[in-house]
Amino acid sequence: MRDFTYLRATDADAAAEALGPEASIIAGGTNLLDLMKLQIMTPERLVDITRIDGLSTIEEDGDGLRIGALVSNAALAADSRIRAGYPVLSRAILAGASGQIRNKATTGGNLLQRTRCPYFYDTAMACNKRAPGTGCAAQEGAGRMLAVFGTSEHCLAAHPSDMAVGLRVLGATVEVRAADGALRTLALDEFYTLPGDRPDIETTLAPDEIITAVVLPAPRAGSVQAYRKVRDRASYAFALVSVAAVVEMDGDRIGKVDLAFGGVGPRPWAGDDVAAALAGETPDEALFRRAAGALEPDRAPHPDAAFKLPLLRRTLVAVLREATGLAEASPGTDHAKDAA
Amino acid sequence: MQTTLTVNGEERRLDHDVRTSLLDALRDHLGLTGTKKGCDHGQCGACTILLNGKRINACLTLAAMHEGDEVTTIEGLGTPEAMSPLQSAFVTCDGYQCGFCTAGQIMSATGMLAELKEGMPSHVSPSLSEGSEMTDPEVAERMSGNLCRCSAYPFIREAIAMASEDK
Amino acid sequence: MTRTFRMDEAQPRLLDDTAQGVIGTPMDRPEGPLKVTGKAAYAADNLPEGLAHGALVRATITRGRIAGIDEDSIADLPGVIAVIRDDRFVRNPAQGMADEAPVQPGDRIDYHGQPIALVVGESYEAARDGALRLKVRYDEDAGAEVDPATASETEDGDPTESGDWDKAVAGATVSVDVTYTTPAQVSAAMEPHAAVAEWKADRLVLRGSQQMLRFNRNEIADSLGIDPEDVQILSPYIGGGFGSKLGIGSEAVSAAIAARELGRPVRVVMTRQTVFDAVLRRTETEQRVRFAADGEGRLLAIGHDDRISNLRDEEFAEPVSSASQFLYGADALLFRQTVARVHRTPAGSVRAPGEAVGMIAFESAMDELAEALEMCPVQLRLKNIPEKHPVTGQDFSARALAECLKTGADRFGWPGRTVPGSRREGDWMIGLGVASAARPNMLVKAAARVRLSAEGAVVETDMTDIGTGTYAIFAQIAAEMLGLPTGKVSVRLGDTDLPGASGSGGSFGASSSGSAVFLAARKIRETLAGKLGCSPEDLTLRDGIARGANHEAALSDLLDGELVEEAEIEEGKTAESHFSSGFGAHFAEVAVNAWTGEVRVRRMLGVFGIGRVLNEKTARSQAVGGMVWGVGSALHEDLVHDPRTGHVVTRDLANYHVAAHADIPADMQVEFLEERDDQANPMQSKGVGELGISGSGAAILNAIHNACGVRIRDLPATPDKLVAALEAATE
Repeated sequence: MRDFTYLRATDADAAAEALGPEASIIAGGTNLLDLMKLQIMTPERLVDITRIDGLSTIEEDGDGLRIGALVSNAALAADSRIRAGYPVLSRAILAGASGQIRNKATTGGNLLQRTRCPYFYDTAMACNKRAPGTGCAAQEGAGRMLAVFGTSEHCLAAHPSDMAVGLRVLGATVEVRAADGALRTLALDEFYTLPGDRPDIETTLAPDEIITAVVLPAPRAGSVQAYRKVRDRASYAFALVSVAAVVEMDGDRIGKVDLAFGGVGPRPWAGDDVAAALAGETPDEALFRRAAGALEPDRAPHPDAAFKLPLLRRTLVAVLREATGLAEASPGTDHAKDAA
Repeated sequence: MQTTLTVNGEERRLDHDVRTSLLDALRDHLGLTGTKKGCDHGQCGACTILLNGKRINACLTLAAMHEGDEVTTIEGLGTPEAMSPLQSAFVTCDGYQCGFCTAGQIMSATGMLAELKEGMPSHVSPSLSEGSEMTDPEVAERMSGNLCRCSAYPFIREAIAMASEDK
Repeated sequence: MTRTFRMDEAQPRLLDDTAQGVIGTPMDRPEGPLKVTGKAAYAADNLPEGLAHGALVRATITRGRIAGIDEDSIADLPGVIAVIRDDRFVRNPAQGMADEAPVQPGDRIDYHGQPIALVVGESYEAARDGALRLKVRYDEDAGAEVDPATASETEDGDPTESGDWDKAVAGATVSVDVTYTTPAQVSAAMEPHAAVAEWKADRLVLRGSQQMLRFNRNEIADSLGIDPEDVQILSPYIGGGFGSKLGIGSEAVSAAIAARELGRPVRVVMTRQTVFDAVLRRTETEQRVRFAADGEGRLLAIGHDDRISNLRDEEFAEPVSSASQFLYGADALLFRQTVARVHRTPAGSVRAPGEAVGMIAFESAMDELAEALEMCPVQLRLKNIPEKHPVTGQDFSARALAECLKTGADRFGWPGRTVPGSRREGDWMIGLGVASAARPNMLVKAAARVRLSAEGAVVETDMTDIGTGTYAIFAQIAAEMLGLPTGKVSVRLGDTDLPGASGSGGSFGASSSGSAVFLAARKIRETLAGKLGCSPEDLTLRDGIARGANHEAALSDLLDGELVEEAEIEEGKTAESHFSSGFGAHFAEVAVNAWTGEVRVRRMLGVFGIGRVLNEKTARSQAVGGMVWGVGSALHEDLVHDPRTGHVVTRDLANYHVAAHADIPADMQVEFLEERDDQANPMQSKGVGELGISGSGAAILNAIHNACGVRIRDLPATPDKLVAALEAATE
């Protein structure tokens, strides 16, 4: 870890003032310190925002909920309104990391966590995300955990968050505040950028902007919500693939469906086309297989990660079977209620 | 820089490098070496402590961020002569072998039992709306942030079950 | 010096006649209260006055030379004291029982990640920062070979063969010829390698994390060029070893050199990434297993060929076919090995070198043979248990293989096993698997001292307890022999100033060093018998009272001062006449998800014959620990190397998966059969630490096949491989 100056911000203005290209916000610190110890991130100034009031609560916001950026992953997953109205978010959070990390990691920090690509993590190897312009050692390297969607010739890294996949399927937005106090609200697909030729840039956040909250739309009472994560061990591992689904039934037919996938893209990956193909249809395994079969990446995946495509398709079919009642629901598949 | 913490009920003043993790502060500055460093990156759980009553990885936070906070370490639970029920159950059930992950397991279990009592759900809870029962799969999932390479897992969970029944 | 006892013949079963009744009992570990309260001090927990902190610097090329180290690059970092670079630095840890310095390469670099320098700082933060920022210039050699499959430099071992292979194969009704591949693995002990070095005048005091102190002392002395008498190593608590701390390594040698140079104590603790980079790994393997059998399932030919790897100048070669050579018999046998030389972190001993990976392939192939024969896998194994060691012709000593298979089958509900792919619960396919377990037992030279006074007994030896239960077991042996409650025995371990023991490795520690404790106590018994006026055979010691030949006396009355005896044991003629091995049988039930290919272990049972059980509780823990490693080998563990540089890609505990709580069910059962191995040692006991891993992975793989009908021959059996196999099977 390189030396830095430490600044404890007492309000958002002070924090914003201290920000800049050489500075980094620290909140939970569970990923930032991990990266700083390895000198993958070397901020000269750390701005501790954990003592700023008003960022640690979950409040009603119209029909939805406004989640403060400092709400811990554990508190968010355990919140009774989230469990009732947005069970897929609870399940996604609980599928990630460990109890200890979830107690410390924050909502804003979780969105900003960096990839776990081993070449990003090894400062002896080329990585355009860590050191722009050096190349991407993963392309010809060992690549089992890489993304299959949204990659570029400059970067194959996957976004590791489970929580963000839950937020994406729920259509959550991110509220950010600039130094001048201006607020912006961004959908997740606006918040995250694809790697293209600048994989070091991961979001549309300006250097002086802070995430202040995540906003959830109204709960989808009556929907079946599922988060299914497939990984190399039963717990405490990053996703090979994950599927988040919100399924509404319209009588015997499938109504509105939303899907998002984890472990496969540089951001939580939306499955809008697949979802659209399901709406209005009668639940059927062959239908699910057909719809899942339409999932195809634009670029050929790294050979080591190519398995993620069939695995994702199969996991999606399994999730849809449970969500539509073709199969018995297992833990991870819940009925959403009215959050209030 | 200087930070004042309450550790195991006692106020402790530290003079430390700004980069010092809470783990290194406890071990190298306060001599509380019962808390172990197994990976320094939140990947093993050996450094688990209670921060303001919640279990966290002490390696993944800076001492500087904890001015005025309350920390409980393994040394704060019991002594060899007066072990806590959980500590004693680990001895009875052989819930360890080499003993290196043990402090982390015990601190994590202490925090985990409190979470369970408060109704915190888990990834494997059958339902999110009802509280979770203390079944073995629940405890296994909730303790999965604590690796044990000696692989005393079944006996660790036996000890946790024994201690929570005693309460 | 005491005369060394040689195990030339079976000894009386004295521990069956002693009266204290503590040997074998599930006694709690006496050091347990220290461990659960954080009071047991491991190497890095020592903080002597004036301590400086060292951080190792790794090479970031695969092969070449250090052209220069730019110390100025970190000279003005506050708190950095020195950059230590010395020709005595070691390339990698010494192999187990090397007893001499490992390779000291000077400025040569042989693998990516090799420790090449030490940055010492006033604080850990300064040292770590300096180590990451230090600029090193290299002269790189192009074309370093890093892929074991294509390496041009290979060495073929001498084959082990007997019988007429072609004839045996020609006569077969059924044959199996399959290739399994296993990835490289690491020990990943929870405690990273640590050393605190301090010079007291010209004597090095090293607080280290080492498994075999008698050897380690010589290894570090040889590395430093000093007299072994000038070294004291202290390792009273070790946070797991599993082979990774058998030999002296970079952390100890660099700490000793730095402490000498700076005139103050230096602590070097490897980061977890350095442990992955620079500690000996288990080789990956490619194994071809061949069986030929007649129609009734009698084996006619057994072949097991393997290709493994190591770095040049490392003699260690994973004995992959070790157990394949004696588990079953056949008319023709053929075992061959090829070692590929690659520029990767060198390979060495990781828990049960040989059996741990060899038996996965061998016992899975046995399952394939049973399937081909349409025979019960348990029956196939029972049918082929040889009378004598098939290669050496030795008699077996105690061998419970058949009994373990039968007992386990009964207890596990094996007869209820259905045909592959026929048992289903929702999306989960359920299956059962079996495999044999075997791990040769050894007696390694060991010494120990026992002191008896009116206050109780003290056991002293440089033997270590790496979690294996040594503190408990030695207290039990001494208490049993001397007729004392175990609370009256204290055990001092892990100090090279004490008598030199076997060390912890190869599952031989408890029996070898324990036998030295036993023999020292036996001498004390002889003295006590003399004092009481009876023959040693008539002496009964219990709860501090000696009885014999109608005499009775309290030990405190018999003793005028302290009785001190030291004993040393080494193997003798029984090691030639008999082949001693632990045996057992593993049973596993798994569930395979039909959609995702995830595998969940639902229950396991291991039934073992390990001779006399010295402590039922710690033995059970060791056995279960091994079985869990089998689960890891089968399902999770995979040390991935970069195809270009050979460097370790999965170099932390987030990327190298060891089993977590959720992977291991509560239902992990162990049963030890009543057994005495008279040829093994005077206690009739055998090792257990590695038997649990030997074969358990195969039981998992065989259960996977029974669950869903597919064979995974390329490990670990991760969801991607299951999905590919399931899709191939339905095409």
